[in-house]
Amino acid sequence: MKRGPAFVPTVLAALASAIWVLPYAWMVMTSLKPLDEIAQDPTALPKRPQLAAYREVLELVPVGRYLLVSVAVATVIGLLQLALALPAGYALAKLRFVGKKTAFALVMACLLVPAQVTFVSVFLMFSKVSLTNSFSALVLPFAASALGTFLVRQALLGVPDEIIEAARLDGASELTIIYRILAPLLRPTLVSLFLVSFVFHYSDYFWPLVMTTDDTVRTLPLGIALLKEPGSGVRWHVVMAGNVILSLPVLALFALAQKHLIRGIGRS
Amino acid sequence: MKPRAKVHPWLMLGPSLAAWTLFVFVPLGLAAYESLFAWDMLTDPVYVGGANYAAIAENGELGRILARTLGYSVLVVSGAMVLGLALALLLDRPGRFFAFVRGAIFSAYVVSWVAVALLWVLLLDPDRGVAASLLRALHLPRVGFLTDPRAALITLAGVTIWKITGYAMVVFLSGLRAVPRSLHEAAALDGANALQRFRWVTWPLLKPTAAFVATTSLIVSFQAFDVVRIMTGGGPARATTIFVYAIYEQVFMNLSVGKASALGVVYVGVLCVLAAAQLRAWRSRGARA
Repeated sequence: MKRGPAFVPTVLAALASAIWVLPYAWMVMTSLKPLDEIAQDPTALPKRPQLAAYREVLELVPVGRYLLVSVAVATVIGLLQLALALPAGYALAKLRFVGKKTAFALVMACLLVPAQVTFVSVFLMFSKVSLTNSFSALVLPFAASALGTFLVRQALLGVPDEIIEAARLDGASELTIIYRILAPLLRPTLVSLFLVSFVFHYSDYFWPLVMTTDDTVRTLPLGIALLKEPGSGVRWHVVMAGNVILSLPVLALFALAQKHLIRGIGRS
Repeated sequence: MKPRAKVHPWLMLGPSLAAWTLFVFVPLGLAAYESLFAWDMLTDPVYVGGANYAAIAENGELGRILARTLGYSVLVVSGAMVLGLALALLLDRPGRFFAFVRGAIFSAYVVSWVAVALLWVLLLDPDRGVAASLLRALHLPRVGFLTDPRAALITLAGVTIWKITGYAMVVFLSGLRAVPRSLHEAAALDGANALQRFRWVTWPLLKPTAAFVATTSLIVSFQAFDVVRIMTGGGPARATTIFVYAIYEQVFMNLSVGKASALGVVYVGVLCVLAAAQLRAWRSRGARA
């Protein structure tokens, strides 16, 4: 009797996990097969597993350089967002000033305007100063995060004013209070924010696609998506090998920092 | 608290406000301005007044883009919410097995859209895909998941749901954990069965969480682009040309900055209307509670 109720959920959970895990398994399997085996039976296990597809990806795509650009873009965006969101969130959470409501409304308004509306004008602005195809074009538009500012503000509302008052009496400057005293208190929030932002911008396809016209600062998702361009006939094993290469870094990060990521998303 | 100096708050907000001015507000204004010009980025722009708006509304294409976007959004939001909640209720159990299943489902949210889109394009390939061989094995008729105009948008919604359900699940899980156990125990003592406990205890406390999931997945579905660009290119027969892809198409295929900007202005308008509607629904619900 006791094992009865847990049996059904276990079976259902196993079924659910199959829906999410099997596609990955198929991706890895396909990347290890030669093309003729895929054509014969797309679901069979590889008879002669081989790494030829991976070698081909490395020949077609400068994986190392693209990966470096992707990681650098995502890291710098994440750090900039924290650096800017901290003082802005502090002002909105803790300071009294004329125009505060307006400032807060502006932050919320930014949440409503997606990059998909502004990219044309931003692209034209960058091209006027010859900055398309540059690291700046990929990073600067995301330096300030409305969501990040909002979440830092929410977290700071829970920090007692006395801490700030005591620090002021000790002669700490506002910058010291923000970056040296409050930032460590907000560590869990900040770590989650950074991770969520990193994962988003590492994987971003839209912005690098519309901001770059050549190879200079191409990111990995763009390079991998190019493996399946129409015309050449899709080489499935190569596309899937590229997919494995693209997914591994974030999945590894996810495995290491699952708790922080989930907390960041669950709490927001 | 009082700032130490009057300028301090503005100095602290300054860098962020400067970035938003430069990359959000000014571009938005420019888009509104450019929507009044015909411009192909090669020759000089020509003032055309409202002609771009008339052109995108011609033959009801704007209405169809809106209808497709809304249809896709409704499918994605309702699918992700129902599945996410069901999975949260199912998987909110102790033990490593359930933790693994939760992690597996959530991992799709972490993996890039490009990877997900490429993976499903091949899984759904009409000739050699896994879905096709499954249908054959079950003696079911062929479905052109991505080639049949009636099916393609639903397919894209399905892939999107697969990608973001883990997110909805995680948010619902954190909401579930905030429901006090004692309430469940009291209801159970009063003889409420599992379904009644969900209806009268869990769900009322979970409503704010559900509203949050609805808002965020609505935003995600409205910004969908990668799945369209990689899986269908807006086709077949424009069946998957939803808002963001339509804007992209105007710039990069038709080289028409004016029409793209006009579409962008309409898009922001729609977002504002939706946000206002959601805010009102929130407030009236709060007033009733």
